[in-house]
Amino acid sequence: MTKRVVVTGLGVVSPNGIGIPAFLHAIQNGISGIKYIPHYEELNFSCHLAGMPDFAREKLRNYISDVTLHGLKGTNIVYGIAAALDAWADSGMDYETDEPRWETGCVFGNSIADTEAMKNVIIQVDNKDAKKLGSRIVEQAMNSGVTSYISGRLGLGNKVVTNSAACATGTQSILMGYEYIKHGYAKRMLTGSTEHVDTYVYGAFDSMRVLSRKFNDHPEQASRPMSLSAGGFVPGSGAGALVLEELDFALQRNAKIYAEVLGGSCNSGGQRNGGTMTAANPTGVLRCINEALTGSGVKPQQIDLISGHLTATNADSKEIQNWCQALNRTGDDFPLINSLKSMVGHCLSAAGSIESVAAILQIVHQFVHPNINLDDPNPEITNRISINCLPVKMIKKKLDIVAKANFGFGDVNSCLILSKFYKK
Amino acid sequence: MTRIEILNELKKVFAPYTTNKEMLSSINDSTDLIKDLKINSANLVDIIIDAENKYNIEIDFDAADKMINVGSCIDVIREKLNQKNVEYR
Repeated sequence: MTKRVVVTGLGVVSPNGIGIPAFLHAIQNGISGIKYIPHYEELNFSCHLAGMPDFAREKLRNYISDVTLHGLKGTNIVYGIAAALDAWADSGMDYETDEPRWETGCVFGNSIADTEAMKNVIIQVDNKDAKKLGSRIVEQAMNSGVTSYISGRLGLGNKVVTNSAACATGTQSILMGYEYIKHGYAKRMLTGSTEHVDTYVYGAFDSMRVLSRKFNDHPEQASRPMSLSAGGFVPGSGAGALVLEELDFALQRNAKIYAEVLGGSCNSGGQRNGGTMTAANPTGVLRCINEALTGSGVKPQQIDLISGHLTATNADSKEIQNWCQALNRTGDDFPLINSLKSMVGHCLSAAGSIESVAAILQIVHQFVHPNINLDDPNPEITNRISINCLPVKMIKKKLDIVAKANFGFGDVNSCLILSKFYKK
Repeated sequence: MTRIEILNELKKVFAPYTTNKEMLSSINDSTDLIKDLKINSANLVDIIIDAENKYNIEIDFDAADKMINVGSCIDVIREKLNQKNVEYR
């Protein structure tokens, strides 16, 4: 007998809002978090914009000891700690514990150590000064740094894992936590992911010519998923976190329940049949969505909203085509679909977790957030689905089931099926 | 530099690493860095690096092993400072 898994806590550090109330306000009102970064222009990047959370480092004193804060340089870790500990507090639990919490684990996603912080390490080593590096570098260089800080602060004693699957990382972390509870290995999992697009990773994306470059003078208009004028994505940073719990365990402690995770799927197109390092094999995408639906016991017709991957590249129309085929729904029959990236940019490893937080907030508050900057929908998209499926203003709507998917480099796919909670 | 002067400066060196800040003002030679000041053993290397930078001395592996309590830290720092003065002469 498998267990039901519910969401009992949310935390977010997003370019357009830090903390759930600010983030909710931003996504309901279509507020962009994209800003002009003068340094990127100085470096001759094509794109001069980013979704960068306005996070004051001093705020970390609310979460970790001064000793831990001293020497903490990795911005990815900083965002992850804040989102995860906010989600924990939101679910009504204390940070402090004397004993390890054996029933609770953590799956938190990360992509890379903060290269900007690591640059100083490289310089010191090359200057034959490795002796001066001190004790705090290794823990921040390791990809599992973020989970180590989070699980250490909260005393988490079940499985503690750092996952990484490019842009599918965030949804994958939630799915992994879900599966672990579903099969009875843990009662509670703190899941999510973090990303800090530092200057060097940004530069590498810029060189791939996949970033927005025509809207440098209008930062808030630069992220334009599904539009004809979409000319690449805007990199974003931040973190999202969800506390997942076995239903009975959550009910026993009278936790508030935001939503239920009905299921999901994670696969790869094998980089075959059209799939490459950077492009998705459509068959893989279709299988992923269909497996997520089947495993959740949800029929394609039941999907009320798709929270798409939709980065504002030429992959957007391909993605819509894949959704149409997977759900066998087109035109007016297609569900509503939105892209949080229109407001925050593409938060890479953190995209899936931040977008999942947004999806759950839409279920809780029964609304669909707008696609901003969709002034000129791409005809390749509107030829397949009705323009009515693409809200440009917030819609108040009865929402039961949301499909949240992300597709990443390496031809990896991840899809979650989230539902309004019914006790049954 | 007197022992008292070094002790007072060491309080500043220890400050970022101790979770027992109340005790910092009353440390003496027998105060243990790990047991009393609750300093994480991994952070001892950071204290050594900070002390090296502060006094412009080099604390080798053998000397570092001796730095268990405040008194032995002062001993090591004084010894290294004296060596430096000898070299300058």
